Amino acid sequence: MAINYLYPDFEVQRNESRCITCRVCERQCANLVHHYDAETGRMISDESLCVNCHRCVSLCPTRALKIVKTDHVFKENANWKGEVIQDIYRQAETGGVLLASMGTPKPYPVYWDKMLINASQVTNPSIDPLREPMETTTFLGKKSTSIRRDEQGKLITETSPQLKLDIPIMFSAMSYGSISYNAHKSLALAAQRLGTFYNTGEGGLHEDFYRYGANTIVQVASGRFGVHPGYLNAGSAIEIKMGQGAKPGIGGHLPGSKIGQDISKTRMIPLHSDAISPAPHHDIYSIEDLRQLVFALKEATNYTKPIIVKVAAVHNISAIASGIARSGADIIAIDGFRGGTGAAPARIRDNVGIPIELALASVDERLRAEGIRNQVSLVVGGSIRSSADVIKAIALGADAIYIATSALIALGCHLCRTCHSGKCNWGIATQNPELVKRLNPEIGSEHLVNLLTAWNHEIKEMMGGMGINSIEALKGNRLMLRGIALCDAELKILGISHAGA
Amino acid sequence: MKRVYVNEAWCLGCHLCEYYCAYANSGLNDMVKALKDKTIRPRLTIEQEGTISFAVSCRHCTEPLCMKSCIAGAISCKDGLIVIDQSKCVNCYSCIMACPYGALMPSVEQVMQKCELCATNSHGQPVCVQGCPNKAIVYEER
Amino acid sequence: MHYLIIGNSIAAAAVIEGIRSQDQEGAITVVGEERQVCYARPLISYLLQGKTDEEKMCYRDQAFFDRNRVSLLSGTRACHLDAKEKTVTLDDGTSLGYDRLVLSTGSSPFIPPMQGLDLVKNRFTFLTLDDAHALSAAIRSDSRILILGAGLIGLKCAEGILDRVRSITVVDLAPRILASILDGQGSVHVQAHLQQKGLTFHLSDRVKEFTANEALLESGTIVGFDMLVVAVGVKPNTELAKEAGLMVNRGIVVDQSMRTSVKDIWAAGDCAEAPELVSGSNRVLPLLCNAYLQGETAGKDMAGKTEPFTQAIAMNAISFFGLHVITAGLYEGEEKLFTEEGSYKRLFIKDNRLIGYILIGKAVERAGIYTALIRNQTALDTIDFDLICRQPALMAFAKSVRQQQLGGSV
Repeated sequence: MAINYLYPDFEVQRNESRCITCRVCERQCANLVHHYDAETGRMISDESLCVNCHRCVSLCPTRALKIVKTDHVFKENANWKGEVIQDIYRQAETGGVLLASMGTPKPYPVYWDKMLINASQVTNPSIDPLREPMETTTFLGKKSTSIRRDEQGKLITETSPQLKLDIPIMFSAMSYGSISYNAHKSLALAAQRLGTFYNTGEGGLHEDFYRYGANTIVQVASGRFGVHPGYLNAGSAIEIKMGQGAKPGIGGHLPGSKIGQDISKTRMIPLHSDAISPAPHHDIYSIEDLRQLVFALKEATNYTKPIIVKVAAVHNISAIASGIARSGADIIAIDGFRGGTGAAPARIRDNVGIPIELALASVDERLRAEGIRNQVSLVVGGSIRSSADVIKAIALGADAIYIATSALIALGCHLCRTCHSGKCNWGIATQNPELVKRLNPEIGSEHLVNLLTAWNHEIKEMMGGMGINSIEALKGNRLMLRGIALCDAELKILGISHAGA
Repeated sequence: MKRVYVNEAWCLGCHLCEYYCAYANSGLNDMVKALKDKTIRPRLTIEQEGTISFAVSCRHCTEPLCMKSCIAGAISCKDGLIVIDQSKCVNCYSCIMACPYGALMPSVEQVMQKCELCATNSHGQPVCVQGCPNKAIVYEER
Repeated sequence: MHYLIIGNSIAAAAVIEGIRSQDQEGAITVVGEERQVCYARPLISYLLQGKTDEEKMCYRDQAFFDRNRVSLLSGTRACHLDAKEKTVTLDDGTSLGYDRLVLSTGSSPFIPPMQGLDLVKNRFTFLTLDDAHALSAAIRSDSRILILGAGLIGLKCAEGILDRVRSITVVDLAPRILASILDGQGSVHVQAHLQQKGLTFHLSDRVKEFTANEALLESGTIVGFDMLVVAVGVKPNTELAKEAGLMVNRGIVVDQSMRTSVKDIWAAGDCAEAPELVSGSNRVLPLLCNAYLQGETAGKDMAGKTEPFTQAIAMNAISFFGLHVITAGLYEGEEKLFTEEGSYKRLFIKDNRLIGYILIGKAVERAGIYTALIRNQTALDTIDFDLICRQPALMAFAKSVRQQQLGGSV
C-alpha cells in the first residue's frame, strides 16, 4: 500500500565479520526474511517479515545474528502506547478481529511471583531428597469419605477409577491441528516415559497414537471432533472441555487451510472446511445437563475411566466448581486467564478470565467449606512456568498441574506468538510437512522428559527444604506460603499471611 | 564399526553439516576464520530434490571399490576406516569412477578427499553428527 | 601348498591379498621381470611431471611382501612354462615347481614395422619405469618430441613432459584422438584443450618413412624431431602361455574365476582375456581397477574361495592438463547427449539399461553412480531416469532402495 503506518517491530542485526554466508538462515526461515545476494556475495534481510522466532539465530553456526527490538518509537505516552496505536492502524486497514496466539503478554500481576515458600530451620528439620525417600506420586480421582468394611470386617479397598501420576505434572490439552503430528508424538512419548499423561485437545486422537492410550487423556469438546466409542475407550481418562483459560466464553477455530487429509480423518470433518467449535456444548445448558454427559461418558466406558471437566477461570469460579463436583465429575481442571492458545481474538485473550492462583485458592477453600473437597481432584493450568510455581500451586490446594506453554518451549517454541499464521518455524504449531519435519520426536520427547525430570528434582528439593517428604503433605498446606507486596484482599482470597506476619 | 547414517525423514536440507565438515577439516579452530569468504569443499554431498534431502558420505565399505581402483595405492583400510594418503594421490579420478555412492571428490588442494569420520582431524568424532540440528545424522553401529 | 605368481604389478598384489584372505599357510613366490618393487605403470607420467616420486608411487612396498610371507624374485624373467610338470624355468636357468600358478605378465608395447625406424637413434617406448627414466634423461628444453599414437599412453606421455621440452607433435592413424575411448564430438573437445596447451596433431595420418631426425608422413608433411616415442598400442604378454598350450586369443583366455584352459593355472590383469559384462564376450580389459579385481578373484579361487568376477566392464579415468575424462562400457544402443559450458556427457542405453558412458569435464562428478548402474544392470524404468540423466544422484533411486544403500552396513 502507498502509506505504511506499521514499522517492523524487530530489526535483524547481522555481524558481518562473523557471517560465513552459509545460508542456513535463508534456508530455514519460513517467513522468507533472509536471502543470498549472488552479486555482492552477502546475505540480505527484510525485517518487515520477521516474527522474532529465533530460528535463524539458533541455527547460525557462528552466532552472527541477533534480533533486537526496533528503537523506532512513538512519542512517549503512558496511555497511548505504541502497541495500542498500531492495533488501531491494523483494524482501520483490515476491518478484522485482531488475532493472537499463546498466553496474554499484558502486564497483569503474576501472583506466583508474589508468594514465597517456607523452609525449615531449627525445628521440623529439612529432608535431603538424595538420601531419603520422597513421594511425588499422585492419584487423581474421587476419594472416599469414610472407611468401609465388608461382612468379614475386611477393608473395602476399591476406589472409583484413579489416574496414577509419577510426578504431579501433566501435559495440558493442545489439539492435533493447532499443533503438529510430531509435537503430539513428542508429548505422547514423554508422557509414557515419565509416567504421566498428555491430552489430545479437541482435535481427536490420531490412529497412530492409540498405542500410547495408557498415557492419554481424550478430550470431548463442544465440537465433538473425533469423538466415537473407540476414541473414548482409547485413553485413560475423558476430559469434557467446557472452556479454555485463554479464551473463556468462545469456542475454537481451525482455518480450512490447515485441514488436510490427516486432520480431516482424525477430527471426522470434511477436507478443507473451517472447523469451528461452538462456544457452549449445545447439549449442556445447566449442571444437570453436565451431569447427564458425565454419566453418558461413564456408561460408554463402563465406569472404568475418571471423567475430568475443564473450565476456564472466570468470576464465580468457586460456585461453578462446586456444581461440577456435584455433577459426578472425578476431576476438575481449571485453566487460568494466562493460558496459551493456538489462535484467539486478542481482546478476549487479553481481557477475559481471572488468574489461576486466585481461582485455585477460592475453589479449594469453597469445596473444603462445603465438605466436598475429596469428591474431586483439582488440576490447574494457565502459565505454570517453573517448579516453584508447581510447589505454590500444590500448596494452594491443587492435586496436580497442567502445563502446555512450558512444554512447547521445551520443544523449541520461542514465544513469537504467530502460531495463527501456521508457519511455525519450529515445527510445533504448523501442519506444513516441511516445517513439521523440524520437530524430531526423538529430540522433542527427550527435552520434555528432561524438563519434567528437572522440575521433579527441584520439587523434591523444595519439599525437602520445608521438611515435607510427600506431595500429600504439601497439598493445600497454605501455611507453607507467605505473600509479599499483596494487599489484604489478595491475601484473604489466597488464604495466606503476609511475609513477616 | 560405527558409521555415519543419514535419515532422510529428518533431514531439513539446512546444509549445516557441510559447513561443519568444511570447518572440521580446515585445520583451524575458529569457524569464522576457517570459512569466511572461502569456497567450501565439504566431504559430504547433499542431494536435494523437492522436499527430500539427505547427505551422502563415504560408507567405509567392507569391499571398498575405491581402494581397489586407486592407481597410486593412496587409499587404504585402517581397522575398517578407509583413508586417503593425500601425499600419494595423483588426481586421476579412478576412485570417482569406482565409488557407487559418489562419495569422493577433489579437495580445495585438488587431491582426492572423502569423509574419514573425523578420525584424522582434530575433532575425533564426526562433527556433522554434532552439528545436525534435527538428529538426521547419527553415528552408530548397524 | 605352493603358489607361484609370474609378474609383479597390480594383479600380483591383488592375488597375494586374495590368497592370504583364505590361506595363511601356503608358500607364495613372485617372479617379477622389473627390478623395482611393485609399482603401478600408469604413474610414470606423473613421475615425469614431478607430481610423485619413486617412493610415493610404490603400490606395495617390501613390508607388504614380508608381512604376507611372500618370496620375491625381482629382476628375473620367466621364460618357459611346463604345464604338465608344473614347473617354470627362469632366465638364470632356475626351475621353480608350483601347485597353483597365476600368469599376470601384463603387456608390452607394440612396435609396428616402419620404413627407416632403425635409423632413429633416440627412440623410446612409454610403459615401464625404466622407459620413463630413459626418456627423462634424454629430453632437454630444446627437444622436439614426436609421439606416434594419440591414445591413452601417448597423450599421458605428452602431458608428462610438455613443460620440459620445446615442442610435441602427435601422429595417429585414427581420425580422432583417444579413439579407443572417445566418440568424435568428445575427442574434438579434448583435442582443442590439448592444442590450446601446445600440442600439435596430425590425425588420419601415419609415418611413411623415417630418417634419423625427420618423419615423412603419408599426407606429405615432414616432421622434424629429436626424440621419438612409439605409443601405438600394447599387446598382452602371452608367449609363455601360448608355448605351454593354453588357450590364447588376443590375451590368455579365462573364465569368470580367472581360470585358464589348463587346470591349476590362472591369469589376471592386462594379459588376460576375461568375460565382459555388457557384451557378454571375452575382452582384454587393460585397466588397473580390473587388474586388481581379477587378481583378487584369482587369488581367492586358488586358495579355495570361488567368487566369480561377474561385473567386469571396460572403464577409464584419465585427465590431461586438468581436463578429466571418464568413460565406461560399450558405445552402442540409444545415445543421449548432454552438453553445457565445461561439461560433456554422452550416455548409451540398450534394453532399458545403461551400457556405457562418456564424461568429460564437469560431467565426471560422482561418475561412480553411473558405473554402478552399468555393473548392476539396473533397469532404468525403476529409477528416476530424467534425474539420473541430468546428474548422477542416489535421489534417482526409490526410497526403499536408498534406505538400503545408505541405511545399512555395507
